[in-house]
Amino acid sequence: MSKLIKEKRVRAQGIEINEESIHRCVSIGLSVFQEDIDTGLSDYADNSFDYVILNQTFQQVKNPSFVLREALRVSKKTIVGFPNFLYISSRLQMFFGGKVPVSPSLPYEWYDTPNLHFFSIANFKEYCKKEKIQIEKEIFISKNKKVRFLPNIFGEVGLFLLSK
Amino acid sequence: MTVLDQQLLKSETKKFTFGYAPDHFILESGEKIGPVTLAYETYGKLDKKRTNAILVAHALSGDAHVARNQKENNNPGWWDNLIGPGKGIDTNKYFVICSNIIGGCMGSTGPSSINPQTGYEYGIDFPMISIGDMVNAQKLLIDNLGIEKLLTVIGGSMGGMQVLQWMIAYPERIRSSIPIATTMKHTPQQIAFNEAGRQAIIADPNWKKGQYYSSRVPAKGLAVARMIGHITYMSEISMSEKFGRRFKRRKEPYKFGAEFEVEGYLRYCGDNFVKRFDANSYLYLTKAIDYFNILNGKRLARIFKGLKAKVLVIAFKSDWLYPAHQSQEIVKACKLSGVDTTYCEIKSTYGHDAFLLEIEEEEHLIKHFLNTVTNGSNNGVEKPETDLHEN
Repeated sequence: MSKLIKEKRVRAQGIEINEESIHRCVSIGLSVFQEDIDTGLSDYADNSFDYVILNQTFQQVKNPSFVLREALRVSKKTIVGFPNFLYISSRLQMFFGGKVPVSPSLPYEWYDTPNLHFFSIANFKEYCKKEKIQIEKEIFISKNKKVRFLPNIFGEVGLFLLSK
Repeated sequence: MTVLDQQLLKSETKKFTFGYAPDHFILESGEKIGPVTLAYETYGKLDKKRTNAILVAHALSGDAHVARNQKENNNPGWWDNLIGPGKGIDTNKYFVICSNIIGGCMGSTGPSSINPQTGYEYGIDFPMISIGDMVNAQKLLIDNLGIEKLLTVIGGSMGGMQVLQWMIAYPERIRSSIPIATTMKHTPQQIAFNEAGRQAIIADPNWKKGQYYSSRVPAKGLAVARMIGHITYMSEISMSEKFGRRFKRRKEPYKFGAEFEVEGYLRYCGDNFVKRFDANSYLYLTKAIDYFNILNGKRLARIFKGLKAKVLVIAFKSDWLYPAHQSQEIVKACKLSGVDTTYCEIKSTYGHDAFLLEIEEEEHLIKHFLNTVTNGSNNGVEKPETDLHEN
């Protein structure tokens, strides 16, 4: 967000639930509300923002369906980034290790994870289709490189540009 | 404090007088009063471009002495842990101004001042004062100091109300604002606590309809009012930690002396307050707080429309006098008006007093927020305000 403000000169507003994180945001000059994203967008009118960015938060909210609907409502376009639960190394850990996977994009053990929802790139695309959410652009990333081949297997992170 | 120290202190407190006849100072009620004097103190140096001025608005019982003056070692100000050289509000960088409010009793014109028309103290002939009047008077002081735009206006509790008032009355005169532990309007519960305090004063036989200046002051009434206030400034946890159920002395139980420590503390606070505060000022200022309503029939979404200032709203978790949801309402109004806002609810067990005590977190937020304002954040530079949202 700080980069967007500096380089793209956008006007940006953050929403963050954790007090310590608020202190860090303020120390680098960001404007941020201490609020729960699950309810934090409801005050805004339709199309209040050009973009809403849900980066690595979508899998942690209580009600992702509601949050995404709200994000789409208050923005012209919404960007969602999330870890692909069915990334190749996760599949291997599950298949051969018989355990819930731990990876750089999903670094938590099962007992202390903030992630509430586990889904794959394919799950998300299916969901967008069902909800008639337009995917304008999608990219998949693994180890800081774009992935084009079988993203549901080789994409560690999915990034989607969505509109109503 | 020696007599010399007291003189020194006095010399650091400056006076600004305005509202001379025939124009006088016109109050929001339409009444006129004059001349009006504001006692104020300044700390640090105003820079050449006059862009580093910070106005501190004090709470109900505060005064102009917000920090330590250069020559003082043993007379800390009421926000001394936040304001001073190298502190959160660094007086090496910023020029800090704090004035005693109109209606107060710490050097500014209030009910205990002499009414030039009668030659006696105003008493309850003093006109009704509003938060708006306090801010209008502060604005004249800022004009007089030659400051076009304040870097920020900051305050907690009633000070926070003045901050909100600055945001709607003089939005073009502030680059940022920091309302802390405050509200856009009092709830009936908040009015009720103030009314209990006022009635304690009025019921004191020494009050005599406010004409007590040549005789004994309504000390008991004012002390009880302060005790009620103190209860609301603390939290259940902070009281438990500070006093527990400990006894002071168990010499004569059930004789209605101060038996529990908490009783002793409240009595001490009450008695101490009487030494420095005027009962009539207490009546006037609590009324100003109760009548304050920044919405005043306007819609929440319109209230800060067009405000260009950056805003930092701070609330405290255990504050039940000005609970966080009241700060969130301020934040909501900022959101709806597209104001560049930061909101933080600081963890604390101190209750409402936290804004004076929970300094570390508060200081961190304020220091960095002021840095961002001073350096001119790029946030929103190239975006016209209308691009955001209309509600």
